[in-house]
Amino acid sequence: MKKIVAAAVLGLAMGVSGLAFAEPVKIGLITTTSGGGAGLGVDVRDAFQLAIKQSGNAEITVIVEDDGQKPELAVQIADKMVQSDQVDLMTGIIWSNLAMAVVPSVTAQDIIYLSPNAGPSPLAGAGCSPNYFNVAYQNDNFHEAMGQYANGEYKKVFIMAPNYPAGTDSLTGFKRYYKGELAGEVYTQLGQTDYAAEIAQIRASGADGVFVFLPGGMGIAFTKQYAQSGVGIPLMGPAFSFSQDVLGAIGDAALGVKNSASWSNDLDNPANKAFVESFKAAYGRLPSVYAAQAFDTANLILSAVGKASVKDKDAFRAALKAADFASVRGKFKFNTNQHPIQDIYVREVVKVGDVLTNKIIGTAFTDHGDAYAKDCKM
Amino acid sequence: MQTALFIEQLLNGLQLGVMLFLMAAGLTLIFGVMGLINLTHGSLYMVGAFACAAVAAWTGSFWLGLIASLAAAAAAGAVVELLVIRRLYGRDHLDQVLATFALILVFSEGTRWLFGSFPLYLDIPPLLSGAVSLPGGAQYPLYRLAIIAVGVLVAVGLWLLISRTRLGMRIRAGESDREMIGALGVDVATLYTLVFALGAALAGLAGAMVGAIQSVQVGMGEPVLILAFVVIVIGGIGSIKGALVGALLVGLVDTMGRFLLPQAFGLVMNASQAGLVGGAIASMLIYLLMAVILAVRPRGLFAAQG
Repeated sequence: MKKIVAAAVLGLAMGVSGLAFAEPVKIGLITTTSGGGAGLGVDVRDAFQLAIKQSGNAEITVIVEDDGQKPELAVQIADKMVQSDQVDLMTGIIWSNLAMAVVPSVTAQDIIYLSPNAGPSPLAGAGCSPNYFNVAYQNDNFHEAMGQYANGEYKKVFIMAPNYPAGTDSLTGFKRYYKGELAGEVYTQLGQTDYAAEIAQIRASGADGVFVFLPGGMGIAFTKQYAQSGVGIPLMGPAFSFSQDVLGAIGDAALGVKNSASWSNDLDNPANKAFVESFKAAYGRLPSVYAAQAFDTANLILSAVGKASVKDKDAFRAALKAADFASVRGKFKFNTNQHPIQDIYVREVVKVGDVLTNKIIGTAFTDHGDAYAKDCKM
Repeated sequence: MQTALFIEQLLNGLQLGVMLFLMAAGLTLIFGVMGLINLTHGSLYMVGAFACAAVAAWTGSFWLGLIASLAAAAAAGAVVELLVIRRLYGRDHLDQVLATFALILVFSEGTRWLFGSFPLYLDIPPLLSGAVSLPGGAQYPLYRLAIIAVGVLVAVGLWLLISRTRLGMRIRAGESDREMIGALGVDVATLYTLVFALGAALAGLAGAMVGAIQSVQVGMGEPVLILAFVVIVIGGIGSIKGALVGALLVGLVDTMGRFLLPQAFGLVMNASQAGLVGGAIASMLIYLLMAVILAVRPRGLFAAQG
C-alpha cells in the first residue's frame, strides 16, 4: 500500500514539473565527497540526484564537484562553474566557512544559489541577497530549539561547542532561548577528538543537562566517551551530531539523546514517506537530515523550472520564493530574507530493529523564522 | 578545587601522552634510523583503526580486531617501504615530504573507496568497559587505564628491544653509521623494512585503541600526526626517550591547560568570556611549550647524537 501511495505521489510530482518550459537547465553542485566530512556531502549529492531522476526531466544536468572541505578549492570550482560551465543555478555546499567564501561572489554575478545546508548569519542579515535562497535553516535555528526545549526540562545546563564561528553562534543561539542557569560553558578546540578533560568537568559541575554542538567526528568521539565515562547526565544537541550519517558509528552510546531538527525519518506526510522509501531503495541506507534538505532543494528548483524560464531571473526568483513544492518537512515557506519559516522538532535516538534512528518526541517551535531577518534589506 | 577532579585530569593527561608516545615512537625511530620524514604515519594509524573496526564487526571480537590492526598496519608499512619509501632514503627531505604526502592522499581515498564515506563503528571490549574508583571518590574508565598500561608496556618493550637485543644493536648501529654496518655484512635493506614495519605496527596499535573511544573515519590520522611531530621536536628527533618524555609533557600540558586556564581566567572575567579566551589559549599551549623548549634547547630535550 505504502509503495502505491509513494508511486502516486511521485507520479504527481513528475506530472507537475514535467510540463512547461522544456529548456536546458544547468545546475552546479559543489559539495564535500572526499575526506572526513564526506558522509554529509555524499548524502546531499545522492538525494539531490534522486529528486532530479524522479522528475524525469532530461533537460536538467547536474555538474557535481568535490570541494574536499577546503574553502580555496570551493572558490576555484565556483569560478569554473560560472565561467566555463556557465551554470544557471548553484547549490550543494555543506560548511558555513565554504559558503561564506563562495556565495557572496556567486550571487553578485547574478547566479542564483540555493543552500541545502549551511546558513551563516551574515547571509541571513545585512548580507542577504535576492539571489540567495536557504532551503535548510539559519545556523542558529536548531540550537535555539534546544534552548527552548531545555527550559521545560532542566534547571542547570552545561554547554559546550568548538571554538570557531559556528560554535560560538551555536551557544549564542542556545542562550537566546534558554532561561535557566548555566553549570558551565566550555569552548573546545575544533577537530578535538579526546574529551576526557571536558567530561571530568561536566561530572564535577553539578549540571542536570548537557548541551553539545560537536559536528562530524567530534560528536562521535564525544558521545562514545561520554557514555563510557558513566556520567549519565542527560545529553542533548542539534541534529548534526546525532544524524543518520553518524549514528551507526556512535552505536548504542547515542540511545536516548535528544536532538533538534526540522525533519526526521518518521515525519508523517506523504512526500516524506515517498522520499524515505525511495532513498532506501536507491542507496540501501536511511537518509540523513542533509539528504532531506538536498531533496527539498532539488524539488524547489523543479517547481520553479515548471513555472518560469531560468533565463528570466526575476520570474524565476519569484517562482522559487513561492516555494510551491511538496516539502518532505510537511510545510515550508520563505521568510523575508529567503530563509525558511518552519517547524523545528525535538527527536530522540531510538533503536528500530537493529538500526539506530531518530523519532520525533515533540515540537520546539512552530513556524520559526530567524533572529536576523529584520536586518535584511531586500 | 576538588582533589578527585585534579587526579582524574592528571590521569587524562597521562593517557593522552601515552597515546601520543605510541605514534611518536614509530615516527622518531624511522627518522632516527633512516633519516626519513614520514608523513604517512598518520595514515598507518588510520589503517590500524579501520582494520580493527572491520575485523571486530566481522568476528564480534575486539581482541581479534586488535591483532588485525597490528598485522594490517605492519603489512601496509612494509609494502609502502618496499614500493615507495625505499627510493627516498637518498633524496632530500623535501622529496620525502612530497612523496609521503601523496601517500596520505592515496591511503585516504583508498580507505574511502574500500569502506565508504561514513564513519565505522568500533566499541571498547566488554572486559574493559567498567570504571574503577580513584582515591577521592571519582570514577575513572578502566579502558583509559588499560591504554596507559599498554603504553608503559610498549615503552619498556622498546627499551629492551633497542638496548638488549641483536636487532636493537643493529638499529642503534644504523642510526650512527649506515654505510659501516652495510660494509660489516648487515642486510641494511631488510633492517629498514623491519624498522618501518615496527613503527607502522605501533601506529596501527594506537589507531585501534583510540578508534574505540573516538571515531573511525577517513582523515583521523592527520591531527594526531601533527601532535606526534610536536612531540618528537620537543623530545629531540630520533630519540625514543625524548619521544616518551615529550609525549607525556604534551599530554599533561594540553589536558591541564584545557582544564585550568578557563578557570584561571574566570577569576578576572565572566564565565562565558573566560571559556572563550581560556579555550583559545589552551589550544595554543603545546605550541608555546614547543617554542620555549626550542629557544632553550634548539635540538630538543634529548637530541640524538650525530
